[in-house]
Amino acid sequence: MSRQSNRTTDSKKMNSELFTLTYGALVTQLCKDYENDEEVNKQLDKMGYNIGVRLIEDFLARSSIGRCQDFRETADVIAKVAFKMYLGITPSVTNWSPGGDEFSLILENNPLADFVELPDNHSALIYSNLLCGVLRGALEMVNSTLIFPVLKKT
Amino acid sequence: MTGCPRVNIECHRTSRSRLVEYGRFDRMADESLFEFLHMEIVSHIFNEQQSSKGEMDNKERAACISLLEAMGFRVGQGLIERLTRDTPSFKDELDIMKFICKDFWTKVFRRQVDNLRTNHQGTYVLQDNKFSLLTQFSGGKQYLDQAPKYLAFSCGVVRGALSNLGLESVVTAEVSIMPSCKFQVVIQKL
Repeated sequence: MSRQSNRTTDSKKMNSELFTLTYGALVTQLCKDYENDEEVNKQLDKMGYNIGVRLIEDFLARSSIGRCQDFRETADVIAKVAFKMYLGITPSVTNWSPGGDEFSLILENNPLADFVELPDNHSALIYSNLLCGVLRGALEMVNSTLIFPVLKKT
Repeated sequence: MTGCPRVNIECHRTSRSRLVEYGRFDRMADESLFEFLHMEIVSHIFNEQQSSKGEMDNKERAACISLLEAMGFRVGQGLIERLTRDTPSFKDELDIMKFICKDFWTKVFRRQVDNLRTNHQGTYVLQDNKFSLLTQFSGGKQYLDQAPKYLAFSCGVVRGALSNLGLESVVTAEVSIMPSCKFQVVIQKL
């Protein structure tokens, strides 16, 4: 998109840092507000969902991608177009289930977690759980079936 | 639930060399992604307070605004550190404010401040006629009273940036015509 090509590398990096730092401030605040990690995960998912249902419109407006023919195409669009557009990374799509209704997105380099280290007392925290909510919200708006993203830490 | 499509997301920690390699490619955390996150944060913080009673009173509203401002403060501190890694030190307070108006504003809000005024006694007014976090609002008076909610975080960002540059300040913002916005910075003399 022409709007993005005008920016210098530096300002692109800085915008990513603004998002990353803001996300970190959000998670920190949620950890203060809620006693346990499970509740924080739930809040992140809920907030992600609210973002996702709006983000999908922004995505469709920018990308002019048509309707996906099947779930495999959906997976490719998520990984190669959406993630690239918003986070600048291209996760790999792997681990398809035999029925073709489950796959894994592997993020080698998660921009949400830049500069982040989790202290030991938050082992149950799924730091990037916002992403699950975003995907759930976005896909729910364009699919007739329900999608349940599950985030596995490694 | 069986029969529903599932997406598993796995995040891997990478070694340092991998990170350097990825650094060569452009990162595009698209502006709208931040704007959506910011909107949702504001919404979340205000909803959390609202759930207890019907209408919010001024004390609760002030608490939410403070919270947003505090979040912005930490972000501002982090951003200015990254931005000024290689810049030489500043001559004086005005030099710092000009940097904030040009380089910092460009990096964070994607344009420069349109107008900087000062009384040369520690008070500065930064005017941004097309403030990036207000452009999504419809013009006119309808949502003017909502604007402070959406400016609190940014005030904190500015205050945090100044703090790490050695200036303690009080930063407030006011809107009279969307999306034009005035930030008032009052440097605190210690």
